[in-house]
Amino acid sequence: MPFLKSMVGRKIVMAVSGLMMALFVVAHLLGNTSIFAGPNGINAYAAKLHELAPVVWAYRLVMIILFALHVYYGIQLTLENQKAKPQVYAVKSSLSATFAGKSMIWTGSIIGFFLIYHLLQFTIQVTNPEISAGRNLDAVGRPDVFHMVVLSFQKSFIAFIYVGAMIALALHLTHGIQSFFQTLGLNNDRTFPVITKSGTLAAVIIFLGYIAIPLIIFIGILKG
Amino acid sequence: MNLTLYVWRQKGPDEPGRLEQYEAKDISPEMSFLEMLDVVNEDLIKGGKEPIAFDHDCREGICGMCSQVINGIPHGPQEKTTVCQLHMRHFKEGDILYIEPWRARAFPVIKDLIVDRSALERIIRSGGYISVHTGGVPDANAILIPKADAETAMDASECIGCGACIAACPNGSAMLFTAAKVAHLAMLPQGRVEAAQRVCVMTEAMLKEGFGNCGNHYECQAACPKGIKVQFIAKLNREFMKAQTKDTGRRLVSEPFSG
Ligand code: HEM
Ligand code: FES
Repeated sequence: MPFLKSMVGRKIVMAVSGLMMALFVVAHLLGNTSIFAGPNGINAYAAKLHELAPVVWAYRLVMIILFALHVYYGIQLTLENQKAKPQVYAVKSSLSATFAGKSMIWTGSIIGFFLIYHLLQFTIQVTNPEISAGRNLDAVGRPDVFHMVVLSFQKSFIAFIYVGAMIALALHLTHGIQSFFQTLGLNNDRTFPVITKSGTLAAVIIFLGYIAIPLIIFIGILKG
Repeated sequence: MNLTLYVWRQKGPDEPGRLEQYEAKDISPEMSFLEMLDVVNEDLIKGGKEPIAFDHDCREGICGMCSQVINGIPHGPQEKTTVCQLHMRHFKEGDILYIEPWRARAFPVIKDLIVDRSALERIIRSGGYISVHTGGVPDANAILIPKADAETAMDASECIGCGACIAACPNGSAMLFTAAKVAHLAMLPQGRVEAAQRVCVMTEAMLKEGFGNCGNHYECQAACPKGIKVQFIAKLNREFMKAQTKDTGRRLVSEPFSG
């Protein structure tokens, strides 16, 4: 049976693509913290990325492939799993399965839809054209990413979407990170409990890091 | 003590089934769960009704035949205990118990609480063997095996193939069962010969039998009456990756297995 049809092979694709995306999520968060340095921080960071366009595009291509593989096999495996358990128990008590683990397909889907919105909003900049960074340049002529982000998160609707999506991401990673180690066989009696706890901790740290930006702007600590 | 039971009754594989209520009266706390059902069945027979069909054989926790989900937990609430070894002293007067068969697509119900678990048999047949020379019995210690490996292999070999892991798994996956078999043989030199082929054909057989994929929820480990650990699943995954690097592994997996 070919690798990409096998049970374990497809899980490995899920795990590797998932973890690479999670690493991207961390790198992206580190980049985003430049907003706390004010307009000069994030606008300079964004301008730098524009200069590196070929690298950024190569990067994006890799991310698109990873994302496509992850979503394709995620849906395929979930459908197979549902088929394998057609009848549920009248009474069922979960012994160790978590809410996060059982809702992977839902939290994943929320992340997917959020990603589309996020790209339309901050990358393609079509959802709120009046504050788009491409049209509004800062004092030194760079796209004003800082004001685009700040003006966006001052709207409760947008801040709410971001916090909600980050809850989904945190849940997805709570199960996903430990799952990665188990799927790749990087687990034994000693490491097992440590990996589960560290995975959750990493998910929580990523979560707090990400919600900090919309929340700090929304409650008015960081102003335009 | 007296208990109320809701038991899954189903006349045959293609009949619709449903939960029916029974009263278990004057149950002694010394009885095993199966003895309690025996008492209920005697009453049913006396009343001219069809007794509840359930699987059992050894009644001492080693054959893996008894298979009932009690209040949502395969083999009931007592950890590392099969239904036949579960005693009524763990329940109390007036308890309400829901008793259902193992549920998974690969385990069709035959009657009431009895399911067809021959899919596990076919997974074993696909690769759960080793090739040995016929002839005289080899000398003890002719092949030296490190103590730690022997212990781990023994831990994996404790699996009695009852199917509780599949019953517990939200994905109806037989990963813990298969992993126990793969790990058991892969730990020992006699089992290394076919190790690469085994992990590939056994996981393939599992998929073909209609079991789901492992989602790393670890319900299986929590439900296992023998305490088989999910670390064996990690071991299976490692064996699978190792097999990809071997030509034998790849060539043999694409050949149909007889089963
Ligand atoms: C539309 C988007 C997504 C969908 C539909 C989705 C779906 C899923 C599903 C269903 C699983 C469980 C697979 C299984 O165990 O059978 C999973 C696992 C995982 N996901 Fe996602 N996901 C999405 C996006 C993401 C993103 C953006 C990340 C990283 C930031 C991510 C990281 C992971 C990780 C690390 C795993 C664990 C892999 C494993 O099972 O070993 N996912 N995903
Ligand atoms: S009847 Fe043999 S294990 Fe329960």
